Amino acid sequence: MKTPIQLRLNGEDVATFADGGANLLDVLRYSVGDLTVKGGCWQGTCGTCTVLVDGAPRLACVTLAESCSGNSVETVAGLRRGADLHPLQTAFMEHFAAQCGYCTPGMLMAAKALLDRNPNPTREDVVDAICGNICRCTGYEPIIAAILDAARKDARRSA
Amino acid sequence: MTVTVKTFDRLADAASAISTERGAHFLSGGTLLMRAVNEADPAIKTIVRSTDPAFRHIAVSSARVELGAGATMAAILAERELALLHQVARAVGGPAVREAATVGGNLFAPSPYGDFAAALLALDATVTLAGGYGERELQLEELLGRRDRGATLVSKVTFRRPPGDAFRFAKVTRVHPKGLSVLSIAALLPLASVRITGARIAYGAMGRTPLRAKAAERALEGRSLDAAGIAPALAVAADGTSPSDDAIASAWWRREILPIHLRRLLLGADQV
Ligand SMILES: Cc1cc2nc3c(=O)[nH]c(=O)nc-3n(C[C@H](O)[C@H](O)[C@H](O)COP(=O)(O)OP(=O)(O)OC[C@H]3O[C@@H](n4cnc5c(N)ncnc54)[C@H](O)[C@@H]3O)c2cc1C
Repeated sequence: MKTPIQLRLNGEDVATFADGGANLLDVLRYSVGDLTVKGGCWQGTCGTCTVLVDGAPRLACVTLAESCSGNSVETVAGLRRGADLHPLQTAFMEHFAAQCGYCTPGMLMAAKALLDRNPNPTREDVVDAICGNICRCTGYEPIIAAILDAARKDARRSA
Repeated sequence: MTVTVKTFDRLADAASAISTERGAHFLSGGTLLMRAVNEADPAIKTIVRSTDPAFRHIAVSSARVELGAGATMAAILAERELALLHQVARAVGGPAVREAATVGGNLFAPSPYGDFAAALLALDATVTLAGGYGERELQLEELLGRRDRGATLVSKVTFRRPPGDAFRFAKVTRVHPKGLSVLSIAALLPLASVRITGARIAYGAMGRTPLRAKAAERALEGRSLDAAGIAPALAVAADGTSPSDDAIASAWWRREILPIHLRRLLLGADQV
């Protein structure tokens, strides 16, 4: 049986139907068509499907889609600020924080969750924020540097 | 394969549904159950969930702590009055897991998961079971012993707030800051002047479910927390445990390192 689901996705209302028991990742990709959310393991282990639900990081693959009905969901598709990239996206490019790029959407959203709550994170805070996100290419250091840099630049901009 | 999802406003109705329907499983945070759903586990025919606000409620007084079984690790971390559990909640997965993972789900998580349950076991927690015809209470230890029988819905967990710094917790992992447990140890160490009276020690990942280290507890009775005082407890630290070989560690390794980490926990970092 299909269940109706309504979300506020990246600031816009969307309505769709999902199979019983469908996870949020599959609904976002296959029903809504937001392909910026990636699936890796469907076990909650790799973190690449990380999205924000009401501002909090969630693993879309192990989140029952219908439990998010009525909630706000943010994905990488909503990161841009008008014509500009989000400071995190710019910093990821400047620091070569993406190689194969598979983990990047989840890393960006995990980082956004951190910076939204804590605009001046320490290195330790950053490591904790991305500790559920696996990257097999970069060795993590460029990602950590990019997030710290984005935080610094955002702080300077708003000062 | 699709499953039927049933959502109930009242926890009691959810409890009735899981006790009467074959193949009905309760979904809390879903960090484990949704894996099985994604894998199309044929045993899962119906998902039962509840939006009852009482299920997530946290109440803390100077004497008692009451955690709704649907309270998440993130909610515990956001509660300043629950500082004694912050280290434990932070030990459960990364931030996205902690936003979903609940207290109730942790009580049913297979080893090597169950770090939070081990802490609650050391804290001598009582669980309240929801049922269509009312609630009943059970010691957590008893629940853990029969948790695989299914058709049980825990509505809340309560324990007496321990005095001062009597509660300690350590999780041993290979990957930092987030990794699955090689083992975890929780200890409640009440002191009467300088002697321990009524210690409770619980291990995670040292058996099929979190379990108590009863031999070590007995060996600590009336002893002081120094190297000589704890030596008898360390000698029997692994008694009664039955750890598994898994991808994280072998059973042998778990038993070998257990006394080392118990020693560190009991003595405190400054004395090791
Ligand atoms: C990447 C990752 C890392 C993890 N790391 C850790 C870790 O470090 N330590 C750790 O302990 N765990 C860890 N876990 C496991 C899991 O997230 C936690 O154990 C969590 O607390 C389970 O809760 P849940 O609400 O998500 O459970 P669910 O997935 O909703 O349920 C799990 C099981 O418990 C049953 N259940 C849930 N709530 C109740 C209830 N109130 N009454 C009766 N039965 C119930 C369900 O029916 C199901 O069988 C990890 C999981 C993932 C995906």
